[in-house]
Order: sequence, then C-alpha cells, then structure tokens
Amino acid sequence: MNFRFLRNVIIKGLVLFLLFDLVFAAVNPAALGKVSLYNHLFAGRQRFPFGEDSSQSYNLSLFNLDAMFAAHIIANGPKPADEYRVIIIGDSSVWGILLHPEETLAGQLNAVGLSLCGKTIRVYNLGYPTISLMKDLMVLDYASRYQPDLVIWPVSLEAFPDDKQLSSPIVANNATRVEDLITRYKLPLDPNDPALVHPGLWDNTLIGQRHTLADLFRLQMYGMLWAATGIDQTYPVDYQHAQTDFNTDVTFHNMQPPTLDASRLAFEVLEAGLHLAGGTPVILINEPILISDGENSDLRYNILYPRWAYDEWREMMSARAEAGGWNYLDLWNIVPAGEFTNSAIHLTPAGESMLAGRVDQIILQQSCP
Amino acid sequence: MTLALILVSIVVAAMLGLVTQNRWRIPLLLVSCTLAVYAFQPQLPVRGLDFWLPTATLALTTLAWILTTPREQRSWRINWPAAVILGGIVLVLGLTRYLGLSPHLTASRPPQTLQILAGLATVAMVAFLLTRFTKPGKSVLTGAFVFIILIFIVLKVPQLAALVSMALRSLNHQSTSLALAQDLRWLGFSYIAFRLLHTIRDRQSGRLPAVSLSEYVVYVIFFPALTAGPIDRIERFVGDLRRPLALTADDLGEAGKRLVLGLFKKFAVVDVLAMIALNGTNALQVRSAGWAWVLLYAYTFQIYFDFSGYTDIAIGLGRLLGIKLPENFKAPYLKPNLTQFWNSWHMTLTQWFRAYFFNPVTRALRSGKRPLPIPAVIFITQVTTMVLIGLWHGVTLNFVAWGLWHGLGLFVHNRWSDLTRARFTALSPHWQAALNVGGVLLTFNFIALGWVFFALPGLSISVHFLRLLFGLV
Repeated sequence: MNFRFLRNVIIKGLVLFLLFDLVFAAVNPAALGKVSLYNHLFAGRQRFPFGEDSSQSYNLSLFNLDAMFAAHIIANGPKPADEYRVIIIGDSSVWGILLHPEETLAGQLNAVGLSLCGKTIRVYNLGYPTISLMKDLMVLDYASRYQPDLVIWPVSLEAFPDDKQLSSPIVANNATRVEDLITRYKLPLDPNDPALVHPGLWDNTLIGQRHTLADLFRLQMYGMLWAATGIDQTYPVDYQHAQTDFNTDVTFHNMQPPTLDASRLAFEVLEAGLHLAGGTPVILINEPILISDGENSDLRYNILYPRWAYDEWREMMSARAEAGGWNYLDLWNIVPAGEFTNSAIHLTPAGESMLAGRVDQIILQQSCP
Repeated sequence: MTLALILVSIVVAAMLGLVTQNRWRIPLLLVSCTLAVYAFQPQLPVRGLDFWLPTATLALTTLAWILTTPREQRSWRINWPAAVILGGIVLVLGLTRYLGLSPHLTASRPPQTLQILAGLATVAMVAFLLTRFTKPGKSVLTGAFVFIILIFIVLKVPQLAALVSMALRSLNHQSTSLALAQDLRWLGFSYIAFRLLHTIRDRQSGRLPAVSLSEYVVYVIFFPALTAGPIDRIERFVGDLRRPLALTADDLGEAGKRLVLGLFKKFAVVDVLAMIALNGTNALQVRSAGWAWVLLYAYTFQIYFDFSGYTDIAIGLGRLLGIKLPENFKAPYLKPNLTQFWNSWHMTLTQWFRAYFFNPVTRALRSGKRPLPIPAVIFITQVTTMVLIGLWHGVTLNFVAWGLWHGLGLFVHNRWSDLTRARFTALSPHWQAALNVGGVLLTFNFIALGWVFFALPGLSISVHFLRLLFGLV
C-alpha cells in the first residue's frame, strides 16, 4: 500500500458515491416505501404507523403512504373471496389513541364476528391521528385499490375548516397526491399552497432522503417488536383527562357567532370523498364528542367546539346529507362524558363499544355487493 | 461516546499524527489526553462532580506514577513539564468558567477557581509527601492497590454509590432525596483502574519499566482507549510511544479501515440492533418463544458490534498516533468452545485477569503444603475469575449469575475436553469439522443465553425470560 493507492481509493469512493447518489435521485426513491417486511416476514399492523416515542411504542410517524399501507394488515395479499371488506377512515379517534388495537371501533366490530351476504365482515382501521378531511380523502383514494365493500367515515367539525386541510404534515408531505386530488375533484384548495412540500433534486438524493430512508428502515425494525409484543403505542398509567372547564371564548377558527361560514368549511372535500368511493357505499358518521357540564359549558361543548358553531355545523350536515342522499349518522351525543379519555373525541373502550353497537347495525343493513 | 466526539477525536488524532514533529509528540499527546478526560466525561447532576472526577483521574494517575517509579527516575528536572502541563490544564479549564464559553470543554461550568487551586494544592502536597517520605515499598503499593479497588467497589455497588452521591449532594446543598448510583458515572475509571493496578502489581514484582510522568499519564489516559479499552501493557505501549513517529501509507490505510469499520459497527449496525435487542422492558412484553430468541440474538450481536466497534475506533485512532493498540476481539462467536471464546472476547481484559488473578491463584492452590486436586483448582479459579469479571461490570446478582454461568461452562468444557480429546483427535477430518460446526452453534447459544443475565436488570425477570425462551411460560 502507498499514498497514491490511498488517494485513489478515496477519489474512487467519492466518485462512486456521487454517481450512486445521482442515480438514486433520478429514480423515484419514494417508491421504496412499497418494499416491506410486513405481511411477509411478520404480521401487518392493525392500524397505520404513528407515534413519537418509538423505543417505547415500537411505532413511528412517517409520511410515505406506500410504506404506511404496506405495513398495514390490509396489504396482506389479495382480498379473500369470503371477506366483506369494511374500511374505516378518520382521525385519531378512529386510529385509537390510548386504545389497544382490539379496543378501537374496528377492533370491536371485528370481535363481534359479523357476517353479511354469506361473507365474513372484516373491518380495517385506516384512521390516522390528524384531523383533516383532505388527509381522509388521500387515504381513501389510496385505499380504494384494496377493494372495500363499505367505507365508514367518522368525521367531526374540526376536520372541516379550510386552514386544516393542507397544514398537517402527512398532507403537506404528499404534495403530488394532494395536487392530483385537487385537480381531479376541482377542490377549492390552492395546489401552490406554500404548506405543500415539493422536494427538489437535492431532496431526492441519498443525502436528502436520509431521514426518510432511516424512517422506512426503522419502520421495518419496529415491525418485529410490534409482531413480538402486539404493542403499537404507549399506554400511560395516568394522563391528563379532556378539559371540561373553559373560558368564555366562543370563536371557532376565527369565525364569530352567530354565523358559521360554510365557504370556509371543506364540504367539497367531503363530497369528493363520496364521489371517489364510486359504487362503494359510504357511511358518514358525525362522531361522538364530549359534552361537558363544567364551567362555561353553556358556551362550549368542549375545548374544540363552541356550541353555536357545532350546532350550526350539525344542521348543515343534516341538510346536505338529506339533499345529497348521503348515508349519514349523527351520533354526536351517544357517549357520556365519563367515557372520553384525553380529548373531546377520544373514547374509552366502553365508549368505543357504545359506538360499535350502533355502527354494526348499520353495516348489517347494507345490501349485498 | 457521541458521534461528534468520535469525529473530533479522529480529527485530533489525524492532526497529531500527521502534523506534529517527534519532539512535540508526547507533550501534545499529554495535552490532548488530559483535555479528553474532561471532554469525554458526561454531565453529572452533582454540582462540580463532572469536573472533579476527571481531576481525580489525573491526581490518581500522578500519585500512582510517584508510587510506581523508583526515586532516581522521579527527577523533577525531567518531569516538571508534564506536571506543569497537567496542573496548567486543570487551572485553565477551571478559568473557562469566566469566559462564558458554550459549550464548555468540561461537561458543565467548572467550580470556583479557589476550590480548584485548593484541590491542586492538596494533590501537590500529597505528591510532595509521597516523593519525599515514601519508598515504593510493598506495603505502600499494596495500600495503593487496595485503595483503587475500594474506589472501584464504591462505584460499582449501587447502594454505596448512592450513599456517596447523597454525601456529595449534602456537601453541595443539593437535594439528597434525588441521589442515585448513576450520579457517580466516572468516565473510563474501570479501564483507568486496570492500568493503574497493572503498573502497581508489575512494580511490586519488579517488572515495571521506568517511565516518565508524561509517558505514564499518556499510557493511563490515552484518549482512544479511555472509554472502552483495550487494556494495553505499559511496556508495549511506551515502546510504541518512544519509537519515532513516521506514519506510512499502511498505517493510514489500516487506521482508515478500522475507523470506518468501527463507525459502521457502532452507528449503523448497533443502532439498528438496539431497536429490537432484549431489554428490561421488552423482556416482559414479548409473547412467544420464537420472538424471544430474536430479541436475544439481536442483543447478542448488539453487544458484540458495540464493543468491537469501539475497539476498532480505538485501534484506528491509536494507529494514527503511532500506537498499535492490542486487539480485543477475534471472531469470538465463531469459536467452537467456551475456552476459545474467552480467548477471543475482550481479550485484553481476560489477559489482565489471567495475569493478575487466575495464574497467581492457580499457583497458590497448587503449590501449598496440601495442593488441591487439579479439577478442584480449575473449578475454583475459573468460577472465581468469571464471577470477578462479572462483578467488574457491576456488583449485582445478575452479574454474579452471568459470571457463574461462564465459570461453570468453562469448567464443564475443560473436563469434557480432557475426557474426549483423545477420541476427538482420532476422528476423521470430516467428523472433526462437523463437530466443530456443532461446537460453534452450541457455544454461541450458550453465550447468548448467558447474555440474558447481562441484559436484564434482575434475577426474577431473567428467569422469566429464560423460561419464555424454552416455552415454559
């Protein structure tokens, strides 16, 4: 070995790295998300990857929809012929914050062991802890390839304001998908919204993608612990319960009573979802909320909703459902305040059971595909 | 150690190796190593302790040099630069408290200058008294040996460490209720203690070469090997140190290879394995024997790559500085029996225990008036050696259990190989190869099962996990 040899090794190494980097950037690195050990080496997850404390929850949040679906049990091979496939999209209440997978709405519906049209009803939890109709639409769009027979879509007013549509990280980091949906359904959202992240050439290189690639890899590794333990989130022994005392503020997303401005609510996104589902029936549910009896509860139902705004939105929903022939269930008040956990929309297992008791009846009323 | 610290170490080592002329080599190494003792020390909740512990490292090392060096070799005329460098660095680091530097070179803001001056004066006084009034006689050296062992015991017994933390917190007017054993994390003390004990014992037996203060300090706190070894021998180390430094392409190539390999092991392989490796939490969560084995194997490889990665980095850094540190690992998981495993796992530690415990005890047991039978000697020495190695990691029942596991394993293997050696050598090469493969698998799994005690925090959880591994839960 001499110094010239060492110099050549370093130069060649750098050149090879540079070349590999450029090739990597030229192909679509995001497609790597489809490569997954889930559903092959170990079981798919019962719900989407989500979590901040990975070393405790054996889970993590990422924005790669391919990887999220590939890690989900719904991607476990073709749909069985004897399966009546139900998907539930929605926010954190569907995903099941503080709930074990079997305690969520999907888990409880599966536990009942329902069947329809001679097929076993299998319910898939496709909720994700971000409250935005645009996110739901994006998930629904992707999920349609898994041939659902029925879509259950619990929503809440907080998912409707226009400022909630593009701001959540999972939406912002899927700009291409979002732009496509905006164009396809002529949604009144700006495809050039600065919130949407458009990766450049550098972002697509190996160095630019290092965090994304690391996340994809960590997702696979934590999949082993998910399979080994069944744990996909942390369950604190004690947590702060949902607020029941409020101040006198009654504004809602800068809207003042008495009129809720419908033009600032993303009904178009909701309608796009119903349209996207095509022939697949969709059950829209106004999900249960905490109805507080604490201080200033005459002004607010909970920390999310002033009464005036929520009441008006419910009226709008009912009117639009009737006019549009939506399959709409207003279940906003079926769960007592004691069955909420750390937020105005997160239910206890018993609360989820109450909800499931209503939803399973609706599922069984569906006509055969 | 963080990646940033390792990268800084690489840059420093490369600069020292490539730039410095030979006459400045040892002084600059002394400065770098002394600064590293402070820089590597993690922040501690007891006020000022993360400054005082590195200072205590320097004080202990200096005093040990005085005790282990013949009077005629302790000439002030030769050694004053090293003493001034050491004292000067402590003082200058202490003065950085007034510079408002962030981050400090020390883990937190250094204590008040007056306290540091008092500390330095105390060390100087003790050094003066030792120089003036003691000869490095057997009893003094034995006293020093016992003193270092006592510090070690205090640090490694959680209850004692917590008590000391409580006392230090009380002195500092900090809450004693928050005292924890981890408050006394003294970076590198385990390895420093081994080096000091080695020089003291070799001085007692007359094998220690005469070295200057700067050479001695650089040997004890050589920054590449400060946190995780390897434990070199002073005569070999000083031989390299005194040799003129002329880095060749081979040195640079080997250093680069070891550094890249070490960084890859430490920050790619280990970080990945750490996600799924066995720990006190997932041991109670895992639901099936199959997955339990996956977690255990992940830990088995994690601990190997972690430790051998550090060793690669240390060897690479050493090579840049012209020091060929000894190897610590030699494909240990590919060995066909436990004896060979322990000849290739953390080799410098086992060599240390062999030299300073196993061999002397064996000699003592076999050379008395009524020597014990050989199997009894082997049993006693192997079990006690392995239990001591276990206790070196921490004075807990789990480390005792781990030591017993290996001690008994070594004894059984020793007896078995004695019984079967003749038959084994009579076998055809094919059969020998097949038995070797079987031996590798058996040994690997035996070692992996032993890691259960090492990885988990208590005996009951260890037993639970072992039962789970064999489908008994």
